[in-house]
Amino acid sequence: MKQVVFISGKGGTGKSTVVASLAKYVNNKVLADCDVDAPNLHILLENDIIAKEDFIGAKEAYIDKDKCIECGKCREVCRYDAISSDYVVNSIKCEGCNACTLVCPVDAITLNEVKIGEIYDSKTKYGMFSHALLDIGSDGSGKIVTEVKKRAKEYVKGKDYTLVDGSPGIGCVVIASITGADAVVIVAEATKSGQSDLERVLKVAQHFGINSYVCINKYDLNTSVTKDITKFCTLNNVKVIGKIPFEPKIVKALQQFKTPMDDDDLKHIKDEIINMWNKLEREMN
Amino acid sequence: MKIAVLSGKGGTGKTTISASLAYSVENSQYIDCDVEEPNGNIFLKASFSEEEIVNVLVPRVNKDKCDGCGICAEVCQFNAIAVVNKDVLIFDEICHSCGACVIGCPQNAMYEVKRPLGVINSNSSHTFMQGKLNLNEPLTVPIINRLKDKMNKHGVVILDSAPGASCTVINTIEDCDYCILVTEPTPFGLHDLNIAVQLVQKIKLPFGVIINKAMDSDQTIQEYCANNNIEVLLELPYLKEIAKNYSKGILPVQFDSKWKEEFRKLFKKIEGSIS
Amino acid sequence: MKVAITAISGSMDSQLEQRFGRAEFFIIADLESGEYEVIDNKAASETGGAGIQAGQTIINSGVVALITGNVGPNSMRVLNSGNIKMFRGQKDTIEKNIELYKEGKLEEIVDSVASHFGMR
Repeated sequence: MKQVVFISGKGGTGKSTVVASLAKYVNNKVLADCDVDAPNLHILLENDIIAKEDFIGAKEAYIDKDKCIECGKCREVCRYDAISSDYVVNSIKCEGCNACTLVCPVDAITLNEVKIGEIYDSKTKYGMFSHALLDIGSDGSGKIVTEVKKRAKEYVKGKDYTLVDGSPGIGCVVIASITGADAVVIVAEATKSGQSDLERVLKVAQHFGINSYVCINKYDLNTSVTKDITKFCTLNNVKVIGKIPFEPKIVKALQQFKTPMDDDDLKHIKDEIINMWNKLEREMN
Repeated sequence: MKIAVLSGKGGTGKTTISASLAYSVENSQYIDCDVEEPNGNIFLKASFSEEEIVNVLVPRVNKDKCDGCGICAEVCQFNAIAVVNKDVLIFDEICHSCGACVIGCPQNAMYEVKRPLGVINSNSSHTFMQGKLNLNEPLTVPIINRLKDKMNKHGVVILDSAPGASCTVINTIEDCDYCILVTEPTPFGLHDLNIAVQLVQKIKLPFGVIINKAMDSDQTIQEYCANNNIEVLLELPYLKEIAKNYSKGILPVQFDSKWKEEFRKLFKKIEGSIS
Repeated sequence: MKVAITAISGSMDSQLEQRFGRAEFFIIADLESGEYEVIDNKAASETGGAGIQAGQTIINSGVVALITGNVGPNSMRVLNSGNIKMFRGQKDTIEKNIELYKEGKLEEIVDSVASHFGMR
């Protein structure tokens, strides 16, 4: 079983559309959506949730009003402005750092683990699928990404691939998305901002010595940026395995909940995605 | 008047909208709060004349006082400290700058030093300000807070926030007068718009929606807004001309004056909404 | 003399786990007696800084070496500080990897950074 993770650095590059397309094309696989801030894969895959679990993902301080003597020491040390003047902890601002617990002279503060979202196991026509949704105001973390991947693992027996829709950004969430991968595909956009974001995320991937490949989306929108990206990849020993043209009809297809794989008008896009996958398969085996 | 521009989903056009609005409103100030990937300047092309380094506090150990007990590592909730053979290893890029280890050390052996987290750049007229996080840093909020400290107290300020609904976004939009939620007419756009709507409702801020890459053939966003009593402020159509120019770093308001007029009207609408 | 190996499940015929910080289990094997112990990696369920905590666990376990797949820069710093040598395991069982280690056939991991670019 090989794990392939798709990341993008920047949002809106088409990563989820590419992953959804491959979900419909690649056989014998398991899927995971690690983009927990704004999970999108389930929208195109028609999933049936068969199991869900509360995700206990963060720690928060809680002040026992009965014990609290309102001395103010907790408010002095809190660097996130999370304790109000009437000694109530604001859950959105509290980082769970423990500083207030340490200074409270009457032990009125406890640090508790709290639920910040849910993780789902779903059944789809295209394979088992694990995904998650965070509560409003809660942040993603390496922990939830790891949990989502772990749930996907339950279903990998006998499967050839795990396809992971990774987290955007460059921090802990991306690292947790890509570690353990056999290959990372960075879906980059042929725009100036897309190029700078590709460079940042590639550095993270290479830090971990994981084989990375690039797919340039909307490549003909700006052929000079595409040239720059290609040059950059060559210089850094990274193969460009796909070049998808700019195609407004993809959006129309998405609006009908279709991917390029299900729309005859998008055969050229479908062919390019299949091409890219074939190249990737050869590289991995 | 502080207007924040956000979106649930990345890539919907926050920067296109916020930069276009700033470009069209005289004497407004544009602040790029997408500190992990600021790209407003690709379009607004400001010349930076000022740079301020934003620092964050990180702990250091006074080896004379430290006895290697390891309590600092236990206290740290973020695993930013490891104690190996009585040697205290501090991981600055994981540190959340909370100060708990300094409080917790029984020998008072820890103290804090400043460390650069990122930079804030502005042009000489202060109409443009951008925060940029150094690579591999986990904390965005100190830069957002500093940007807000420095922003104009009067006049129109437009804050281009990061995508999503994380604490970076929350810190950007809180205390603003109005929020513009940017979306696109795709199932992804709708799903994530819903998340952004819940966020602004939770923080209780007035808001409206802009549909970017709009198409006549798809009215799902308009329907969602109508069903939820949400005002659609503007629709920017899906045109290859707009996309091509975007890829070159050119905004619609920069290549066609009719868009500048549209954004001026947009601003008036928002002004009217707030008063 | 003991070595630690990252494992997908808690037995000698488990496959090697490629990840270090987020591995679910560490198997601590005594090379002389052949006995082994399975430790849950608590770091796997941390919100962040998993590699650092995992590194601390390995050092506390008294091993001289770690056999795993990917080691991030933070983990490496902790392990280097504790003089723990790191080896790249093969996609095989724990038992097989220990054999390969004893035969000196595993590649030592000395640098996790493969950085090619200048800073912005």
